[in-house]
Amino acid sequence: MIPDDAVNTDAIMPRAGFSLPREQQRKLVLASLRPGWSEQVQEGDVLVAGNSFGIGSSRPAVTVLQALGLRAIVAESFGEVFLRNSVSYAMPVLECPGVLATVDEGEMVEVDMGAATVRNLTRGCELSGQPLPEMLIDVIKRGGLYAMLREQGYMASVVRA
Amino acid sequence: MGSTMANKVLASHAGLAKVSPGDIVVTEVDSVVMSDTAFYLAADRLPSDIEKVAHPERVSILLDHGVPAPAIDTAHSHKRAREHAKRLGLRLLADVGRHGIEHQVVLERALGLPGQLLACNDTHTTGAGVLNCAARGIGLADVVYLACTGKTWYRASPAIKFVLQGRLPSGTSAKDLFLHLSRRFGSQQGHDVEYHGPGLSTLGIDERSTLAIMSTELDANFVMMPADEVLLDYLAGITGEPFTPVEPDPDAEYAAVYEVELGEVQPFVALPHRINGNVVPLHELEGQHVAVDQCFIGSCSNGKLSDLRDAAAVLAGQRVADGVRLLVTPASQAIYLEALRAGYIETLTEAGAVVTPATCGACAGGHSGVVGPGEVCITSSTRNFKGRMGSAEAEIYMASSAVVAASAVLGHIGGPLAVAGVGVA
Repeated sequence: MIPDDAVNTDAIMPRAGFSLPREQQRKLVLASLRPGWSEQVQEGDVLVAGNSFGIGSSRPAVTVLQALGLRAIVAESFGEVFLRNSVSYAMPVLECPGVLATVDEGEMVEVDMGAATVRNLTRGCELSGQPLPEMLIDVIKRGGLYAMLREQGYMASVVRA
Repeated sequence: MGSTMANKVLASHAGLAKVSPGDIVVTEVDSVVMSDTAFYLAADRLPSDIEKVAHPERVSILLDHGVPAPAIDTAHSHKRAREHAKRLGLRLLADVGRHGIEHQVVLERALGLPGQLLACNDTHTTGAGVLNCAARGIGLADVVYLACTGKTWYRASPAIKFVLQGRLPSGTSAKDLFLHLSRRFGSQQGHDVEYHGPGLSTLGIDERSTLAIMSTELDANFVMMPADEVLLDYLAGITGEPFTPVEPDPDAEYAAVYEVELGEVQPFVALPHRINGNVVPLHELEGQHVAVDQCFIGSCSNGKLSDLRDAAAVLAGQRVADGVRLLVTPASQAIYLEALRAGYIETLTEAGAVVTPATCGACAGGHSGVVGPGEVCITSSTRNFKGRMGSAEAEIYMASSAVVAASAVLGHIGGPLAVAGVGVA
């Protein structure tokens, strides 16, 4: 959980890591806010976050969270561009006011994007969020915008020499 | 109820009669701007080449974040940008030497016009609101998708209306006005922002641009200003393209309307690590002798000719204090040349400042003036987040370019009035 309000993308994805290999970049994720946090994230974890998560720069900060193994983010609310990037890079995200009061660190949760719900399996309760429109859920299902562009022939599958 | 400016632009570009807050709409976009950050070869940037674009005449590439290239991966991104511009027949490539920070180049070359919609993969894109052009940052993958297919999506927002009255007191600037708005009204998350009122006509294009760019730091989505005489005069000098300005409907509904008396603005400073909820009047800090290591004047918001002019006025006949470095980065090469002709660069250099070529540079902590652990920086650039300008163990204060220049002379945070000789006839 990162319950802090207004976490910015410089903190999530620091400039210092832009050119580093993924393994080293991983250590920097949110390190200025929560030293050591990124090392604890495990494959399949769901991140529960506070208000205005991911404000600031448009850098694709969601991708370093994906690389940690996170498979969904549920926040009280998101920064606008962070929300867009999450859809574009195929990370399931749900705006869910009240989630901080419904989930605690370490509890098991299940996120249903279609129904826009978070179910706390530990407590046996459920909370409804703001549903994403079908069009955007479809982008996530199709693997994000780059996968769609390749499908449609706009983008090469390889890099020019 | 009627519509706000940005929602009218969204409606006209989505082929709809009306767009209401909360609606998600798919639109065409008149001007698509990509920076060098789009062309890094990485899974999360541009992992393979673009094969075709729907409307090459709408797409511009403006190199800015890493200019001249400070590292091999940046040089590679520039090479890819040039290759794409040429092969796809794009509208414009602002290459090294003819470059500037994208939001400044958009302004100088009128890449967005009144009533139009502009998108770019950088959050300070709101700067084009000066041009009565609806503009906001979208993600990098979004902008690539838009360039390719000619379409993108927006979630329409309710708007906040700021009505500006009066005139800024001498010794204050548009940066102080922004800090005043942040201090008084805080984050406008989830909202567009419109600026209106007689006070707006007292602000020139530079000052409006600073305000529109910095409104991103109020967490605004679209930022709009009307097509008044100041703007129409400005555009008449640089473009002959036709356009249809947008204005809000007379009965447009706003989430809030705030009256702002410009005469109440004073020099302000944002304290380290965030802006909203963290702004204090300069005089409250002046007694505290906050020592500085680096002073930075630059970025899309404050690397304007007026910023270099203000800095030169403070530094004329002065010296940057020992142990302090003052870095000045014009927002474009065009500004660099004008500042050179006006003598500002000579004055700044004589005083001990380093004037760099136009680039985002130190503002984003990439190069040309990164701060080290434990250092204190005062900047007139766009953000003071932890780690933004280099080390996460540095402290970043934000103020106007005049206050940054004065702090460089004093060796601690202070205003021009504290610098001996300034303001004395």
